[in-house]
Amino acid sequence: MKTITVSIVTPDGPVYDSDVNMVIAVTATGEMGILPGHIPTVAPLQIGAVRLKKDNSTELAAVNGGFLEIRPEKVTILAQSAELAEDINVARAKEAAKRAEARLEQKQSDTDFKRAELALQRAVNRIRVYEGKI
Amino acid sequence: MASLRDIKSKITSTKKTSQITKAMQMVSAAKLNRAEMNAKGFVPYMDKIQDVVASIASGSADVSHPMMQTRPVKKTAYLVITADRGLAGAYNSNIVRAVMYQINKRHASNDEFVIFAVGRVGRDLLAKRGYTIIDSSIGLPDQPSFADIKDIAQKAVGMFADGEYDEIFMYYNHYVSAISQEVTEKKVLPLTDIRPTGSTAAYEFDPSAEAILEVLLPQYAESLIYGALLDGKASEHAARMTAMKSATDNAADMIRNLELSYNRARQAAITQEITEIVGGAAALE
Repeated sequence: MKTITVSIVTPDGPVYDSDVNMVIAVTATGEMGILPGHIPTVAPLQIGAVRLKKDNSTELAAVNGGFLEIRPEKVTILAQSAELAEDINVARAKEAAKRAEARLEQKQSDTDFKRAELALQRAVNRIRVYEGKI
Repeated sequence: MASLRDIKSKITSTKKTSQITKAMQMVSAAKLNRAEMNAKGFVPYMDKIQDVVASIASGSADVSHPMMQTRPVKKTAYLVITADRGLAGAYNSNIVRAVMYQINKRHASNDEFVIFAVGRVGRDLLAKRGYTIIDSSIGLPDQPSFADIKDIAQKAVGMFADGEYDEIFMYYNHYVSAISQEVTEKKVLPLTDIRPTGSTAAYEFDPSAEAILEVLLPQYAESLIYGALLDGKASEHAARMTAMKSATDNAADMIRNLELSYNRARQAAITQEITEIVGGAAALE
């Protein structure tokens, strides 16, 4: 089977770099599956899971926003933070989810509300990726 | 001449000080190594994001975004990156001096600019001058991660987007080598000079180039700030290492001189004692 190189890069360094058969990511317009030989594309990503399919196994990564750059032989995901499922600190994510929920319950200004909502999304995404429920 | 005991205690205390400065030098050297590695880990991210921004900007001439447009400057923001502690030679004072020089040159009144301060020393010095500091970030770890700087970077970029000010400059020490750091002024926003770095592919944009710039440009500006912080941290450790090395060298010099005068004083005391004994014996005869 043909493969395509995927790298996930964050400001704190590369997170993932390997050859896979297919990448599935959640872009702003919906889920997008990328196979080798894809036309060069750039798309913004939502907070969500990236599925990396290789032979019969699937790896999961939690990606918090950012964007995706596709070339026929290479996919680069640039996000401000991203983790592979096995690197996720799930205790911390649960803690963050609780904090964000508490903040959402108190009525606050719009910007604080928005930030808490995003924090909650990130935390829930991490927990789901960790548990493999995608 | 100082007494033997005085000199002795001076030597001991100088030796203790030099042990401390030596230890600080080694700690800074280790931190410098880590900081250099962090800066290296950041390079691929920065290169890639620059590539994509450049190819979008150069590929389609009709795309525009508020962050790429120069508007008449009514208010300026300065992001000043200093250290939290001193003992790093001229590291902090160089930056603060450069910032104050530019401010005095460009602005007639304190209402024409605002300051974001990263690092305690810079914040305190600039606040003392009566400048408006809208946000500061202190107590950053020696190996900062992107999450540590995210809040202040987002705020700085967000306030530009809201039109609070019309340009952002940042000041930091650029790491040239372990013995040389340069005060650097860099314009963060508006992004006017994005040049393609290498081969640029013609991309499809999903959903549109504008929507991508919307996500991409803030992220790009924030990573510029993070890059400057990493650079500044490497410079900080390098400056501290050099300062501590010269302190240790000076202490060694001082100890050598003190030991010389100690030996001289000891010799003088012995000579005097012998003279006294000989004199006493001669008096008995």
